[in-house]
Amino acid sequence: MTTVTETHEDTQEHGMSDAGYIKIAVILALITALEVSTYYVDFGPLFMPALLIMMVVKFVMVVSYFMHLKFDSKIFSFLFYTGLGLAIFVYCTFLATFKFFIA
Amino acid sequence: MADIATHDTDHATDHGHHSSTGLSNNKLAMWLFLGSECLLFGGLISTYMLYRGRVQNGPHPSQIYDIPFTSVSSFVLLMSSLTMVLAVSSAHRKDDSKTNLWLLITGLLGATFVGGQVYEFTTFYREGLGFTTSLFSSSFYSLTGFHGVHVSVGVIMLMSLMGIIKKGKITGDKAEVVELIGLYWHFVDVVWIIIFTLVYLIPS
Amino acid sequence: MSTNELTLTPGNALDVAKGKLVVAPTQSLGVVRRPVNTTGWREWLFTVDHKKLGIMYGTVAFVFFIVGGVEALFIRLQLALPDGRILSADKYNQMFTMHATTMIFLFAMPMAAAFANYFLPLQIGARDVAFPRLNALSFWLFLTGGLILNASWFLGGAADGGWFMYAPNSGPVFSPTNGVDFWILGLQIAGIASLIGSINLIVTVLNMRAPGMTLMKMPVFTWMILVVQFLLVFSLPVITVALVLLMFQRSYGATFFDVSQGADPLLWQHLFWIFGHPEVYVLILPAFGIISEVLPTFSRKPLFGYPFVVFSGASIGLVGFGVWAHHMFASGLGPVSVAVFSMATMAIAIPTGVKIFNWLLTMWGGKIWYSAAMKFAIGLVILFTIGGLSGVTHAVAPSDTQQTDTYYIVAHFHYVLFGGMVFGLFSGFYYWWPKVFGKMLNEKLGSWNFWFMVIGMNLTFGPMHILGLQGQPRRMYVWTEARAGEGFFNLGFWNMVSSIGSFILAVGVLFFIINVIKTTRNPERAPLDPWDARTLEWITTSPPKVHNFDRIPVVHHLDEFFHRKYEEDEATHTMKQVATGEELVRAEEAAADADIHMPGPSYWPLLLSIGVGILGMGVIYGTPIMVVGALVVLFSSYGWVLEPSVPDAIDFDTPSTDGHTKEITPVG
Repeated sequence: MTTVTETHEDTQEHGMSDAGYIKIAVILALITALEVSTYYVDFGPLFMPALLIMMVVKFVMVVSYFMHLKFDSKIFSFLFYTGLGLAIFVYCTFLATFKFFIA
Repeated sequence: MADIATHDTDHATDHGHHSSTGLSNNKLAMWLFLGSECLLFGGLISTYMLYRGRVQNGPHPSQIYDIPFTSVSSFVLLMSSLTMVLAVSSAHRKDDSKTNLWLLITGLLGATFVGGQVYEFTTFYREGLGFTTSLFSSSFYSLTGFHGVHVSVGVIMLMSLMGIIKKGKITGDKAEVVELIGLYWHFVDVVWIIIFTLVYLIPS
Repeated sequence: MSTNELTLTPGNALDVAKGKLVVAPTQSLGVVRRPVNTTGWREWLFTVDHKKLGIMYGTVAFVFFIVGGVEALFIRLQLALPDGRILSADKYNQMFTMHATTMIFLFAMPMAAAFANYFLPLQIGARDVAFPRLNALSFWLFLTGGLILNASWFLGGAADGGWFMYAPNSGPVFSPTNGVDFWILGLQIAGIASLIGSINLIVTVLNMRAPGMTLMKMPVFTWMILVVQFLLVFSLPVITVALVLLMFQRSYGATFFDVSQGADPLLWQHLFWIFGHPEVYVLILPAFGIISEVLPTFSRKPLFGYPFVVFSGASIGLVGFGVWAHHMFASGLGPVSVAVFSMATMAIAIPTGVKIFNWLLTMWGGKIWYSAAMKFAIGLVILFTIGGLSGVTHAVAPSDTQQTDTYYIVAHFHYVLFGGMVFGLFSGFYYWWPKVFGKMLNEKLGSWNFWFMVIGMNLTFGPMHILGLQGQPRRMYVWTEARAGEGFFNLGFWNMVSSIGSFILAVGVLFFIINVIKTTRNPERAPLDPWDARTLEWITTSPPKVHNFDRIPVVHHLDEFFHRKYEEDEATHTMKQVATGEELVRAEEAAADADIHMPGPSYWPLLLSIGVGILGMGVIYGTPIMVVGALVVLFSSYGWVLEPSVPDAIDFDTPSTDGHTKEITPVG
C-alpha cells in the first residue's frame, strides 16, 4: 500500500506519499475522537471554542492535504476560498440580523 | 452531475493548444463548482442554525440525537476520504487494479454512511420526528438529506468510474478523472465535518 | 476540449457543399451514433458551436422580450384610466409577476448570454468555449425553464406573488394554485443553466486566451462578463436554497415559512435578496461592457482609464454581495442592520461613478460618430445616471422608508434596467449585427428606433418618480378618481402620461423589428470592419468562419486589432493607418493554422434538458412523471459521459489549405 520510494518530483506534483496521507488520517481521527469526547467530558467555557477550532482544523487539513490545495496552483485556492469566504460573510451577516450571536 | 466527461481530454494537452494558466479546464471547473457549493450548503446550514431551537411539536434535538452512533458514521466518512486519496495516488501511479480497489472501498464506506443516515432517519421518524413536524425537523432533514443525496451521487459516480476504468473507456487523463471525483468526494466529507460539529455536537 | 472533435486537416477528401460542413461517421462505440448533420434544423438542434448557440439565445431572449413587453402594456392599459377593468386583481398580480420574471430571467440574462456566448471566445482569440457540450446544455435548460415558467399561463394561472415571491405569501395557504410551483421549477432549471454557463465562461477566460493576452489586455466587455460569471456562480446557490425550501413547503408540507410554527417571515427575504442584489449587477454589467466597447470606437479614442473601469467592475461585483438588505429597510430589521446596509449601499455608488466618469472622459475630445449604436450608448450613460441618482436616495434609509413600495422605486429600477441595461443591449445589436449576420442594420431606422425608445422610456418612467412621491403604491391593480389626489397633475394625469409613454416605447421596439426584417431582406453585405473597431472579434469574416480564426492571433496590445491597423507616425506623433481590416483578415487566411480542431455536435445536451424538464413537471404532476424524468436524465448523463469519440478522418477544408485562398460562403 505504501510506496517504498517516492521521487522528489512525485512529491512535488502529487503532494504526499501514501504514508503521509495515512498520517493525516490518523491526526483527523484523533481530532474527531477529541470532538466526540466533548459529549462525555465537561469542557466548561472551552467547549464552544474548542469544537469550532477543531472543526476548522479538520476542514483545512482535508482541503489542504487530501484535496491537494496546498500543493496546487494558487488559482484553485482563490476560486474555492472566495466562495467559502463569501459564504461565511454572507451567512454570518444573515444570522447576525436575527441576533443569533447575541447570547 | 456525472459529467466529468471521460472523453474530454485536458485542453492543455490537446494537440499543442496551451491553456493560458497551464492548469486543467476540468480541475478549474470542479474547484469553481465546489466554491459555489459552499454557498449552497451554507444556506441550508444557516437555515438550520436559525431554526434548530424552534420545536412547536415533536422532539427537541437534545432528545433525539444519538451522538455515539453519529460519531461512528462520521468516522466512516472520514476514513473514506483516506481511501479516496489512496485511490487517486494509485491512479497517479497508473495502477488500475489498486485504483479500483480503493475506489470500491471508498464507495462501500460511503454507502455505509448513507445506510447509517437512513437508519438514523427512520429511527428519528419512529420517535416522532417527521419532515413536517417542526421547523427544527424540516431544517434538519433538508440539510442532512441534501448532504446524503450528495454522498449517494458520489457513490454512484465512484461505482461508474470503476466500471469505466475496467472497460478501458477513459482515453484521456485517467488520473485526473479520479482526482476530480476525489475532489467532489472530499468536499462532501468536509461539509459533514461542519455539519457534525454544528448540528450534532453543539447543543441548541 | 472534448475529443468528440472534428479535425480539420488540410488535404482531406472534402465534401464542402456550398461551404457547409458535411461529416461522414465511420464508427460509433457508445450508446447511439453521433449526430453528424451539420445542415438544416438538425444543425441547430445538436450544435455545440458557441456562435450558433449565441444566436439561439438571442432569438429566444428577444421573443421573451416581446412577451414581457406585452405583459407590461397590459399593466399600463389597466392603469391608464381610473377603475380600470382590463385586468382583474388576480390577473394583475400574475401580469406584474410574470412581466418582471420574464424580463429578468428570460430576456435580460439570456440576451447577455447571447452576447457573451458569441463574442467572448472571439474577443480572447479562442475557437470556442472550454466546455462546448455544457454550453449547449445551458441553452436547452434555459429554454426548458422558460417554457415551463410560461406554461403556467395555460395550466391554471401564472405565479402571482411578485418576482421576489415573498413567503409566507407565496406558500400553499395564500397561493394555492400551481402558478408559484411553475415559477419555482422554471427558475430552478434556468438557474442551473446559468450556473453551468458561469463555470464554463470563467474557465474559458482563465484558460483559453490567445497567446500574449494577459488579463489586463482583455477587452472590457470580456472583463465585465467575467465579473458577472463570478457573481452568478456564488449567488445562484442561494436562490437555489430559497426555491428548494419553498418547494418543500408547497409540495411536501415543510414548515420553513409557516409563522404559526414559529417561522421567521424574513428568512425568505434574506435568502432571496442575497441572490437578488448580485443579480441586478449581473443584469447591468454586460451592458456596461458593451458600451465600453462602443464608446471608444465611436469616439475614435481609446477607453479612458482602462484599469479603473476594470477594477471598478470587479469592486461592484464584490461589494454587491454586501448590500442586499437595502431591499428590506422597512421589514423590521432593526436600526443597526439598517445603518450598516445603508452605508454599504452608499459605498457601491462610488465604483459606478468611476465608470461614468471614465466613459465621459472617453468621449471628451473625441471625434464623435453618432451612429445608432453610439446613440444608445450615450443614452445609457445619461439614463443610468438618472437611475443611479434615485438609487442613492434609496440608500439613505430614512428617505427609503417613504419611497419603498411606491412607484418611486419602480421608476428607479426601470431607469437603470431599461435606460441602462436595455439601451446597452440595443447598442450591442447595432454595433455587432454586421459581424454576426454580415449585414448592417439600417441607420435611419436605428435613429427612429432610438428616439422613440428614449422619448417613450422617459415618458413612461419619468412620471413614476412623481407618482411614487404622491403616494401611489406598487402592485396596486387599480386606482380611483377619489384617491387620485387634488389638482391637475395628480395620479390620474401622470398615470395617463406613463401609459401613453409605454406605447411610444413599444413603437420604438417595433422600429427595431422592422429594421431587422428589412435588413434580412436586403442583400447588401456589410464590410468586414464597418466601424473601424478595436478588438479581436473584428479580425474575422462576417459572420466568422466556424473555427473563428484561421490562425490564433498573437496579442501584443490592449485593443490589438486597432494597433494592427494603426501605428504611430514618428514625425507627426499621430496614428497612421497601415492596414485595413480586410487586409489583416486576408493575411490571417494566408497563414492559417495547419491543424484545427472543432468540437462535434451532440444529442445529449438536448436530451438531458428534456429529462430535466420532465423531472420538474413531475414535482407538480406526480411521482411517476418524476421517475420518467429521472430515468431520461440518468440515461442522458451516461450517454454524455460515454460519448464516442469522433472518427479521425473528418473533413473540413480551411480556406487557406495548400496556400490557396478559397472563397467559402460562411456557415450561417
